[in-house]
Amino acid sequence: MRRYVIKRLAQAVGVLWAAYTVSFLVLDFLPGDPVTAMASAGMDSGQVDPAQLAALRHEYGFDKPVLAQYADYLGRAVRGDFGDAISTGRPVASTVADALPQTLQLTGTALLLAVVFGAGLAVVATYTSQRWLRQFLLSLPPLGVSVPTFWVGLLLVETFSFRLEWFPAFGNDGFQGLVLPAVTLAIPTGAQVAQVLAKSLLTALDQAYVETARAKGAGRWRVHLRHALRNASLPALTVVGLLVGQLVAGSVVVETVFSRDGLGRVTAAAVTSQDIPLVQGVVVFGALIFVATNLLVDLVYPLLDPRIVVASDRGASFA
Amino acid sequence: MSQSLAKDVDGVADPAQAALGPARPVDTGSGSPAEPGRRRTDVREVLRFLLRRPGLLLSAVVVVLVVLASFWPDLFTSQDPLKGVPSENFRDPSGSHWFGTDELGRDVFSRVVHGAQLSLKATIIAVLVAFVVGGLLGVVAGFVGRWVDDVLMRFVDVLLSIPALFLSLALVTALGYGTVKVAVAVGIASVASFARVARAEVLRVRQAVFVEASRASGAHWYSVLGRHVLPNAAGPVIVLATLDFGASILAVSALSFLGYGAPPPAPEWGTLISDGRNYLANAWWLTALPGLAIAATVLATNRIARALDGEWSRR
Repeated sequence: MRRYVIKRLAQAVGVLWAAYTVSFLVLDFLPGDPVTAMASAGMDSGQVDPAQLAALRHEYGFDKPVLAQYADYLGRAVRGDFGDAISTGRPVASTVADALPQTLQLTGTALLLAVVFGAGLAVVATYTSQRWLRQFLLSLPPLGVSVPTFWVGLLLVETFSFRLEWFPAFGNDGFQGLVLPAVTLAIPTGAQVAQVLAKSLLTALDQAYVETARAKGAGRWRVHLRHALRNASLPALTVVGLLVGQLVAGSVVVETVFSRDGLGRVTAAAVTSQDIPLVQGVVVFGALIFVATNLLVDLVYPLLDPRIVVASDRGASFA
Repeated sequence: MSQSLAKDVDGVADPAQAALGPARPVDTGSGSPAEPGRRRTDVREVLRFLLRRPGLLLSAVVVVLVVLASFWPDLFTSQDPLKGVPSENFRDPSGSHWFGTDELGRDVFSRVVHGAQLSLKATIIAVLVAFVVGGLLGVVAGFVGRWVDDVLMRFVDVLLSIPALFLSLALVTALGYGTVKVAVAVGIASVASFARVARAEVLRVRQAVFVEASRASGAHWYSVLGRHVLPNAAGPVIVLATLDFGASILAVSALSFLGYGAPPPAPEWGTLISDGRNYLANAWWLTALPGLAIAATVLATNRIARALDGEWSRR
C-alpha cells in the first residue's frame, strides 16, 4: 500500500510541474504581446508610451531569455508565488484563494447532486422491470450531455426566478441562491455519471458472479447493490475523478450566467483583460484540482478492489 | 468564405462515410470482384437501417438542415439577419417571425439560420484541429514506439490534466478573440483524446497478422502505414470525431456566450443567447429558441456518433 501511495504522489507532482510548463508555453510563448495588451487595457487609443512598455517588460521579466524567465517563474511558483494579477495588482495566489470558497460550495453541491441523481438513475434504470421506465430513464443522460449549460441556466432563471419567483436569479445569497446554479452545473456531470454507471452495471449483471449470487438465493435488490454495483462502480469512480476538474472549469460559465462571485468569474474577467499571471494561476489550479481528485480516486480504488494494490506491490504496472 | 467552408465539409463528409468500412475490416481487402454489387446493397442497407430508427433518421435530417442553412441560408429565410425594424421589436414568435424579434426588431429565426454558418465553421475547424494534431501525435507515438511514444504520451497526459475549458481559455487569452481563434482553442483542448484513441488503434492494428505479413514481404514502412495500419485504425478515430463534433459545438458556443467569439452584430449561436440574456424577463424567445437550435444539433450529432459506434456493425 505504501509503495502504491508513494508512486501515485510522485506521478501527481510530475503532472503538476508539466501542467505549469504547458501553461507557461501557451501564455508566454505564443505570438501576441502581453505587455502591449496590458498597457493598452482600458485605453481607447492604441498609443502607448514606449518607455512605459519597456518598464513593464522589465518588471515582468519579459526582456530576459525565455528559459531564464521560465526558471525564474517556476522557482517562485514552487513557493506558491504566482506573481501579481495585472488588473488588480493583488497576488494571484490570494486572488484565487479568496474566490475559492464560493466556487467550492457551488461545485461541491453540484458534484453531490450529480453523483446522487446520476447513480440513482443508473441503478433504477437497470433494476426496474418496467420497460417504459427503463427507456425513459436511459433517454435522459444523452439529453443531459447535449444541452448547453449556459442555456439550461438561463431557462431555469427564466422559469424559477422570473415566473415562479422561487429562487433568486443571481448573487451569492446562501442556500436559496445556490440551488439553481448547482442544478445547472450538475446536469451534464450527472448525465455522464449515469451513462457510465448504467453501462458498467449492465455489463456486471451479465457476469458469472451475479448468476452465482442469485443461485445462492440472494434477493434481487441485494444482488444488484452488493454484488453488481460494487464492481460496476470502478469505471464510474474514474469518471467522477475526471469530471471534478470539468466542474471547476464549468463554474466559469455558470457563475457568469448567475452573476455569482467566485473563481469562475475571476477567470472570465482575467481572460477578458488578458491578465496572463492570473489566467496561468487558474490553469495551474485547475490541474491541481484534477491531480488531487485523481489521487483521491486512486486511493479509494483499493477499498473497492483489493486486487489493485496487490498488483502494484508486486511491481506490476497497471496504469 | 463559403468556398473554403465547402472544402472543409467535404473533408469531413468523406471519412465519415469511410467509417462504415472499417467497422467490417475483413472485407475491405478481399471483396474487389463483388465491388459494384456490394455498393448498391450498402445504400439499401443504410436506408433500411435508418428507417428502423426514427430517432436516427430525424438526427440525420437535422444535420442536413443545419448544413443547408450554413451554405444557403436564403433557402430558409428571406429576412435580413442584421437589419431590424425598430417599430417591430420584441414581437412574440408568430407566423411572420417564427422565433420572434429582438430588441432592434431583427428577425431571430433569420439570425439563427445565418448564425449556423459561423457556428458550423468554428466547429469544423475545431474538430479538424483536434483530428489532425491529435491523430498525428497518436499515430506517430503508436507507430514509432519506444521513447517517442513515451515522450508524446506524457505530453498528452498533461494536456488531459488541465480541464478543457481552462485550456481553451488560456489559448484564447494568448491568441485573442474571434471565431477562428476560439475554434482553434477548442480544437487544441480535445487533441489529447484523439491522440489516445489513435495510438491505441495503431498499436492494435500493428500487431495484426496482415501487417506482419506485409512487413515480412518487404514492404516499406510508409506503405505498411498508409495501406494497412491507417485504413484499419481510422474507424474509432472517426467515431470520436463525430462525438467531438457535438462537444465542440457546445464548447464553441460557451466561449462565444462568454464573449470571446465574433464581434457583436455577427449572429453566432452562443452570442445570440448572451444577447438575449439581458431581456430574459420579458422576451424568453431570445434565449430559449437559439438554444434549442444548439441543443438539437448537438443531440443529432451525438445520436449519429452512437450509431457509427457499434450500432451499425451490430445490425
